[in-house]
Amino acid sequence: MKPDSYIERTNRPLQFYAVLFLIVLYVPVLFLPLFSFNDSIYVKFPLKSFTFQWYLELLDRAPVWASLMNSIKVAVTTSIIATGFGIFAAKAITRYRLPGRGPVVGFIMLPLVVPGIILGVALLVLISQLGIRLSLYTVTVGHIIVCLPFAIATMIPRFEGFDKSVEEASADLGENAWWTFWRVTFPMVFPGVLASLLLTFTVSFDEFIMAFFLSGSDATLPIYIWGQLRFPQAFPSILALASIILVVSFILVFLGQWINRGAGAGSLESTKNT
Amino acid sequence: MLQKSETLRGYSLLTPTLIIMAIGILVPFGILIAMSFWTQVGFGFDLTPTVANYEMAADRPIYGALIKRSLWMSGMATIATVLLCYPMAYFVAFHVHRNKMMWIVLMTLPFWTSYLLRVFAWKVVLGYDGVINSALLSVGLIDAPLEFLLYSQTAVIITLAHAWAAFAILPMYVSLEKIDRSLLEAATDLGDGPVMRFFRITLPLSLPGVISATLLIFIPTTGDYITPALLGGPDGIMIGNLIQKQFGAVNNWPMGAALAIILMLSIAAIALGFMFSTMFVRRRIT
Repeated sequence: MKPDSYIERTNRPLQFYAVLFLIVLYVPVLFLPLFSFNDSIYVKFPLKSFTFQWYLELLDRAPVWASLMNSIKVAVTTSIIATGFGIFAAKAITRYRLPGRGPVVGFIMLPLVVPGIILGVALLVLISQLGIRLSLYTVTVGHIIVCLPFAIATMIPRFEGFDKSVEEASADLGENAWWTFWRVTFPMVFPGVLASLLLTFTVSFDEFIMAFFLSGSDATLPIYIWGQLRFPQAFPSILALASIILVVSFILVFLGQWINRGAGAGSLESTKNT
Repeated sequence: MLQKSETLRGYSLLTPTLIIMAIGILVPFGILIAMSFWTQVGFGFDLTPTVANYEMAADRPIYGALIKRSLWMSGMATIATVLLCYPMAYFVAFHVHRNKMMWIVLMTLPFWTSYLLRVFAWKVVLGYDGVINSALLSVGLIDAPLEFLLYSQTAVIITLAHAWAAFAILPMYVSLEKIDRSLLEAATDLGDGPVMRFFRITLPLSLPGVISATLLIFIPTTGDYITPALLGGPDGIMIGNLIQKQFGAVNNWPMGAALAIILMLSIAAIALGFMFSTMFVRRRIT
């Protein structure tokens, strides 16, 4: 279709709306970094002078570092396991004739839709009935369940995007299934794998609800922040911490989406039948 | 024969995921249902099955009121989100020709980042001493902070709509993008103006996207407890907060389990009702 077709001709009001939409989407979040450089304990206008002191203050807070390390441990483990299982699941969903594929995919995508609190308390009930103590391991289990659908939805378009006959050619030329996977399939879907690692890392790193119900004495970073929200004097340095987390998350997600571009547009299509 | 082994291989690749999901969803839900018929005794449970928790949920008006309020608030947030996001999805599907991917990434980027921090940001914006109030005060438009901004149902609805926007855009964008452009040209050639064309072609064909967007937002937001806890105040508390309290301070897990089950059933009933009514409407249209 020609871009200058009368159906798709530029629509000024709609363009204006779109820009406004993006501004409203981003501006509330941008107030966190803005006030994190403000030399006042109160988060309000007019702004006082510029300062780095809230960021410097973070460096001295031992619990921040401890919970940061906890979050990283959980997020790295979660992203590797969720992506690893996700590769096989995405391959199975796209490559094999599966009777009952619709319901199975819908079931796998459930954690995207079920309210977080219900998943959280259900897992908490299971874990406590099994007599397992809450720890970073239980948080990791919760995060794997939350992240698996994201991993699979990210990689499905990659598998759909390349021709099955390439794999068949490799098999015809004598490679067994294992080596076909490593020498043909894996390099072809690698951008999707990388994107999935980055996205699931971020989702796990930022995840709050599962961690809230399933963490024991070791807090993850979002849990630490939640605990600090009660103390007004901690507010500015929490703003600083939140700004750092947001910037890092935005970069990771942007990288992930960018690596996976071309395959990303339909990535939620697979979840549509849930 | 070949087909059978293919199915087998496919499912064996899916096995790890299915096992995790079974352990993570099916088993916990089973125990949650069982627990909703137990009774809390100190720090343990009396396992004799009883419907006392459900009776209590039916008897005490607070529970029903909170569930109704949660459904209403997240319904409002859902309608607002879908209405506000549809033009955006439409814009990207029909009017963006270069860098389409860039627009999609920009629209969905915030969704992937910390939910807690995005809600926290709204607390900063709407607070008694927050961005809006202090800005209006320093400009001199108001004399005292507007109190209705924070700790109200409106605050929760605004925040929910903002936080879930990306989730609504994607399915609507996908179904708008799929629409065959020649249908639009045909409508125009047959004499439809832009408005008629939109209501007779574009809207009905994008309805599946609108339906999934509605469900994808309505279902998870009904159980939200972070937003009401940070922004709701006493009037904005939702059922999620009550469930969370049963597993925390109140320490009545079976009651919490019963409330969670009731919440799930009411969401499922409304979602099914919504799906059937839209199916009915679509059949009437086409």
